Amino acid sequence: MSRRMPLFVVLAALICAFSGLFPQPDSPPAYVTEFGRLPVLVDGRIKPLDSVARSTLLVIQGRQRVMTPDDKEISPDQWLLDVFFRPELADTYKVFVIDNTDLLSLVGKSQDDMKIHYDSSAKQLGAILDFLPTTNRRLSFKDIEPYFAQIEAQEKLAQPVEAQSRTHFQSAVVQLYSNLSHYVGLRRALIPDGSTDFLGELLRLQENLSDGVEAVRLKEAGKPHDEAKAAAIIDEGQRFVVMAEATELLAIPPDEDETDMNAWHNAGHELLETFGKGYVSPAVMAYAGMGYAWQKNQPDKFEHIVQLYESSLEKRFGKQVTKARIETGFNQLEPFYACMLIYLTAFLFAALSWLKWQEPARKSAWGLVALGWVLATAGIATRMWLEGRPPVTNLYSSALFIGWGSVGLCLILEWTYKDGIGSAAAGAIGFATLLIAHHLALAGDTLEMMRAVLDSNFWLATHVVVVTTGYASTFLAGMLAVIYVVRGMFTKTLDKATADTLARMVYGIVCFATLFSFVGTALGGIWADQSWGRFWGWDPKENGALIIVIWNALILHARWGGMVKQRGLICLAIFGNIVTSWSWFGTNMLGIGLHSYGFTEAAFWWLTAFIATQLALIALANVPLAKWRSFRT
Amino acid sequence: MDVLRQLRSVLVSIRLTVVLLAMSIVLVFWATLDQVHLGVWGVQHKFFHSLFVIVKVGDLQVPVYPGGYMIGGLLLVNLIFAHVYRFKMGWRKTGIWITHAGLILLLLGELVSGLVQREFQMRLDEGDTKNYSESSRQNELAITDTTNPDYDDVVAIPESILASGTTVQSPKLPFRVVPRGYYPNADVALRSSVPNAPPSPATAGMGPMIAITPMEVTYKEDERNTPAAYVEFVGPDSTLGTYVVSTRLGNPQKFDYAGRSWKVIMRPVRHYQPFSLTLEKFSHDVFPGTTIDKNFSSKVMINSTDGTPSREFLIYMNNPLRYQGLTYYQASYDGEHTTVLQVVRNPSWLVPYISCGAIALGLIIQFLIHLSGFARKRRAA
Repeated sequence: MSRRMPLFVVLAALICAFSGLFPQPDSPPAYVTEFGRLPVLVDGRIKPLDSVARSTLLVIQGRQRVMTPDDKEISPDQWLLDVFFRPELADTYKVFVIDNTDLLSLVGKSQDDMKIHYDSSAKQLGAILDFLPTTNRRLSFKDIEPYFAQIEAQEKLAQPVEAQSRTHFQSAVVQLYSNLSHYVGLRRALIPDGSTDFLGELLRLQENLSDGVEAVRLKEAGKPHDEAKAAAIIDEGQRFVVMAEATELLAIPPDEDETDMNAWHNAGHELLETFGKGYVSPAVMAYAGMGYAWQKNQPDKFEHIVQLYESSLEKRFGKQVTKARIETGFNQLEPFYACMLIYLTAFLFAALSWLKWQEPARKSAWGLVALGWVLATAGIATRMWLEGRPPVTNLYSSALFIGWGSVGLCLILEWTYKDGIGSAAAGAIGFATLLIAHHLALAGDTLEMMRAVLDSNFWLATHVVVVTTGYASTFLAGMLAVIYVVRGMFTKTLDKATADTLARMVYGIVCFATLFSFVGTALGGIWADQSWGRFWGWDPKENGALIIVIWNALILHARWGGMVKQRGLICLAIFGNIVTSWSWFGTNMLGIGLHSYGFTEAAFWWLTAFIATQLALIALANVPLAKWRSFRT
Repeated sequence: MDVLRQLRSVLVSIRLTVVLLAMSIVLVFWATLDQVHLGVWGVQHKFFHSLFVIVKVGDLQVPVYPGGYMIGGLLLVNLIFAHVYRFKMGWRKTGIWITHAGLILLLLGELVSGLVQREFQMRLDEGDTKNYSESSRQNELAITDTTNPDYDDVVAIPESILASGTTVQSPKLPFRVVPRGYYPNADVALRSSVPNAPPSPATAGMGPMIAITPMEVTYKEDERNTPAAYVEFVGPDSTLGTYVVSTRLGNPQKFDYAGRSWKVIMRPVRHYQPFSLTLEKFSHDVFPGTTIDKNFSSKVMINSTDGTPSREFLIYMNNPLRYQGLTYYQASYDGEHTTVLQVVRNPSWLVPYISCGAIALGLIIQFLIHLSGFARKRRAA
């Protein structure tokens, strides 16, 4: 049994990871998924509606799944379909997250109103013990609707304040307002407000188009005309203007012979062009048809229209349609989520290997780390292919890559030393970085466009990749040092040989980190010289990278000069975690400089907490050895 | 002799290296935090291009911490001393030697570029031709003799002299220039639109019509200070009057004196170059359906005065124009038809390339030496 354990564990993990590919009892019907694959142009790139649904949900409610009022879970695509075509239903789904108590009171709710009342006593106990949530955080559009005027007024007051100096309430109200307008934009993206039979409306428009346009022309010229027909056209035009101004979702592809991305329009804009062109765009008509079938609950017709529309697109936008399909599959598989769980399990197995079942547990851990890493590699490669970019383009992808790089180094360490340490470090760093990435994804689409100044694949591939590898290796050295302290202090497993090995690993990784962080920083200087005319500008992000280089150099010199011994080295390496986390996130929190690309308040709290834990570990490392569990005699 | 020997042993020691590295981390960290208040430029002067970081305590200027020049200089001395007195040559140390040589060059190069590097901006509307670029921080008071239609004769007085209140007498000017008041950042408006404006000492030109309202000095990257001043022109016998000057007043103020025509204006300091650039076309794209810049570029014509034929060049992100010791970068834009180019003169721009190359090479060599030693030991074990 124990010999087969690693194989069994890895196979089980593999099956769990790919379970997303197979239909499950609660997975949405195929035609919904097919709808989610349709490509649209948003935020400067062509992506599937599925991605639009998911990133919108992450932004407005902090998670992807949606609960209906009768407690049924629906997929992001189903939610989007309801927003598009059955807004009266979508308005009742609780998808707007409100955490700020002042904002809650603005929409007429107190914290008591948000409390969850569980019926079963087991669940009540769970809530008391914090296993189950005790309060709702989310409200529906319908809940909020009566308070629009107040929200709008408060938003206007908060808007002029710079983002960094806003109070919690101000940021919350600005965010809620933007979420609401985003939602309303989606509601008007394909059919106008309050339309029950938009397809019929469009068919009638098509029929009366030439007469109607003629009537308007005559009316404008002040000549006799059919007032009813002119009025109908003008009325339609006004509805289309509202649609055209509401949304940035460009769902309608350009005409046959046009390839320019700028020619994608939103449905409202396209409908306004109807009057000039003399026909209703087939794409708008197709979406209206889908809306009709969805409203009337006719899955067969719905699927048929989706397929027809997709195949018409495929002829002209073959590559984009394929990419949209792959991206949808990627979204559903959630490879990084699977990875996160695999890394966590790997860490547990590695820790187990120090206590019991040494070899089988260690090999299982190694297998799991390898599986997670292969999965992460595939995930990152897919993202690179979708985006046509090197791996690191924003904070989110830097988290993925730091995890990937550290785990890769750990695989080598484990292969060399075969003592479970590499796998434990891999599990911990892999899990932590993916958790960080998961929270960074709450800011919206993670495959965003690059601002002009950063738009250089060459430098993204060299400077950014190398410097991120430097970050990854500095973290790894710190993580190994943490393992040293925790194992030594709290378990009996850190014998002299293991301690020496760990210290040697830390030293080796610090050498590696010095090389990569220096070369990466220097390449950054060269890029800056190429694009801004100065090699070094003391920009916060540059300073952060410089501090990492100097810190690594300091560790090496302190070691060579005999100023620190084994435990001193361990302490310095743990402090490296603080230095690196500050460079990675702290510098973005200053909100200044050419490099800064994001600020989150929650991140500040987590950074502070992280630094506190690292300081605590350094303090622990300084406890006399006689008190360590491993060295107690 | 003993003191000298002790000093030497401190200067060669690796302990000093570690202490200096730690101090430099504190310096960089502190400077980064202070950028929120001081901006990148303020920070460079306070922390890096200085021997000491000076902090104001009450009215006293107290040096509280060694600055960039001090720490960098000591590191340089430490490094050189260590190599002269402590290090031994040997194959196993090749990487370290190369790395440290590169580091010495890098430190020296940064010192030089800190001293000689100059940055300017050039703003061009489509169709404009300019043979000068402008400082984005420093201003000057330009007094121009425009009597001769063929050329202008300019006397430029730096802002710092106006700030110090020093009277200026120049052989080119038949009057003295006496600063009567200076505001490093100020708004100017028509007196009629500022009801409670205090009385103004100005008597001539636009002066009496204008009210100056002092403002906080800004350190933000994307804002610039607009200084204003009262200056009196005093002839040998009598005063010509007190003028208001400010970079916010667009057009020069004109007057006649001693049979000549004069023009006075406060403007950004100019750097003239022996050629001119014409902006033929500025292009700017955003990603479809967004306001995110995709790219921007300026098509310029370089008109030289030394007889070489004019040529066209497209400046865009990551593709600067290097010409006659100056480098022009696409920095920004203003509307659809105006480009803003960053102009840099840095004769030592190649130094970081060479020194970083050397350091990287040295690190790689040393890393490989360690790695092969490690592999050999593992094989033996």
